[in-house]
Amino acid sequence: MATLKLDNVKKRFGQTEVIHGVSIDVKDGEFIVIVGPSGCGKSTLLRMVAGLEAVSSGEIQIDGTRVNDAEPMDRDIAMVFQNYALYPHMSVFDNMAYGLKIAKTPKLEIADRVGTAAKMLELEDYLTRKPRELSGGQRQRVAMGRAIVRKPAVFLFDEPLSNLDAKLRVQMRLEIKDLQRKLGITALYVTHDQVEAMTLADRMIVMNAGVADQIGAPLEVYENPQTEFVAGFIGSPATNFIPAETLGDRPAKVARVGVRPEHAVLADAGTGQIQGKLVYAEALGAETLLHLRLQSGEMFTIRQDGTVPVPADGTLTGVDWRQSREISFGSDGHRTPNESAA
Amino acid sequence: MEKRVTFKGWLLPLCLLLPQVVITAVFFFYPAGQAIYQSLFIPDPFGLSMRFVGLGNFEYLLGDPYYRASFLTTAIFSGLVTVVSMGMALYLAVLADRLIKGSGTYRTLLIWPYAVAPAVAGVLWLFMFNTRVGVVSWYLGILGYDWNHVLNETEAMGLVVVASSWGRVSYNFLFFLAGLQAIPKSVIEAAAIDGAHFWTRFRTIVFPLLSPTTFFLLVVNIVYAFFETFGVIHTITSGGPQQATTILVYKVYSDGFVGQDLGSSAAQSVILLIVVGILTIVQFKFIERRVHY
Ligand SMILES: Nc1ncnc2c1ncn2[C@@H]1O[C@H](COP(=O)(O)OP(=O)(O)OP(=O)(O)O)[C@@H](O)[C@H]1O
Ligand SMILES: [Mg+2]
Repeated sequence: MATLKLDNVKKRFGQTEVIHGVSIDVKDGEFIVIVGPSGCGKSTLLRMVAGLEAVSSGEIQIDGTRVNDAEPMDRDIAMVFQNYALYPHMSVFDNMAYGLKIAKTPKLEIADRVGTAAKMLELEDYLTRKPRELSGGQRQRVAMGRAIVRKPAVFLFDEPLSNLDAKLRVQMRLEIKDLQRKLGITALYVTHDQVEAMTLADRMIVMNAGVADQIGAPLEVYENPQTEFVAGFIGSPATNFIPAETLGDRPAKVARVGVRPEHAVLADAGTGQIQGKLVYAEALGAETLLHLRLQSGEMFTIRQDGTVPVPADGTLTGVDWRQSREISFGSDGHRTPNESAA
Repeated sequence: MEKRVTFKGWLLPLCLLLPQVVITAVFFFYPAGQAIYQSLFIPDPFGLSMRFVGLGNFEYLLGDPYYRASFLTTAIFSGLVTVVSMGMALYLAVLADRLIKGSGTYRTLLIWPYAVAPAVAGVLWLFMFNTRVGVVSWYLGILGYDWNHVLNETEAMGLVVVASSWGRVSYNFLFFLAGLQAIPKSVIEAAAIDGAHFWTRFRTIVFPLLSPTTFFLLVVNIVYAFFETFGVIHTITSGGPQQATTILVYKVYSDGFVGQDLGSSAAQSVILLIVVGILTIVQFKFIERRVHY
């Protein structure tokens, strides 16, 4: 296991810069999730750490050693690809043993390490099969096994679960979490699924168009988003944004106010912070999502307990929330400190 | 559920099949039948009558040391042509595969030789290596090497092999390049991360994944070397010196049309037919089994 350090890492493809300087210190055994929308540069960042993409400027260190110019094989990393990238002509055993064979590991030790990994991943019955004879989840586990047996300093995952169906994804997510606890691995994990990010991460990097908008523990990011983008991206349903001038008595530097759906409640018409009309309600059982159209025309979502009564569609109603729960942003999209605590 | 397309009547399927059947019948079954028929006879020296000899032509051929030598020549020749043209093509394809910019131009330029007819290619190479006026032989002369494929059997073989392989490189290149580009990039990257350097990756990942392409090209190129190189050999060496480049196909021609021994020539065609048939079966049965995935 090892530490990983990125220092103002940038990436340009020709003239276009796609990563605008990302810095982070990853501690030994820390699980870092990189999350962000499609095209924001998550894979590119990961591939730079892997050595599959050259670093345009800045520095990458693994265990204190600069690796900018090291070949992938000299970086002591392992990577799990989105499409698994298994060797189609090799058996599951050979897929996992490939790296060890190249490193000239003694046969007995190879058998031992692959055996241990296969047991951990419940792949023992499939060792002689070819990848095409496996299900998606099994292939995914082989890809994980191939990374595990090499005992690398850093694990890199590029959306390893995105090709699986919803149920399998939940299961594999738990298995990865379990593995990480057992092995204490240092890892960079790319995903655009925020549930994966929230559940797996020790800390997460929220990327927005090549910039790390915020780096922090999942709950801290959730509670305290530093930019409007982060507030909107993390949390589902997404945070509601209301122009400050429609609310009145907010500090002048506040341009927009964010309110999480679970922090807002219905109020009698004419009372509360704002007024809206219920467009439709989604009863999900444990909770109900109320979608309202505000007078300004924007949509607003309230999440309430499934047992609370729901008014009929088209009802005019007030919406209320505690002002201390507001997340306010300046016109540049950055957080402004809450001053008016209620 | 019926997966195949089914036609109601018989007229449409017949019409669709007819061209293929007619072509096969006229250009394959009829000549093959003629060859088998003729191989059982010996015509008199003036071609006025034919004497039935049964398998006499075959018996004579198999006992003929020249004919047996021609077998060996063919084996060496097709082996070399296949190895040279496929090896060269694979090398170029690997280089082109790594190239990102300008690969289109490179590919187009490499395809040109394929458009040159074998006989013309033969003449081109003949000019270059002509013992008196050839550019290459002149330079070789300056370097102190006396090139003479008209007398030297090894040099003659070398020249026809190179001339025959040259045009094939483009064809093989296209298939190899397509095969290489069909290998997912992430698989290669995974191997690189697993510690494999270029040559190891090529040996353990790329080449095995290319094996369906390689196998296909192997069959196609051997068949090419057996039959379609006639033009090259005819223009460059005419089978000489001392039959050193007389491959089976060329011997069919020289015995039949030059030597006017139609019975023997027909028997040779039949043997050739059988050899190719066996080769194809062997290739599909045994080599394909070792083709991965
Ligand atoms: N080889 C390349 N040449 C030019 N631009 C590229 C190249 N690779 C990626 N990009 C650009 O870099 C940006 C980031 O791409 P990247 O693949 O890192 O996104 P991502 O966050 O992984 O997205 P996704 O979630 O869809 O995988 C994109 O705008 C993409 O168009
Ligand atoms: Mg990606």
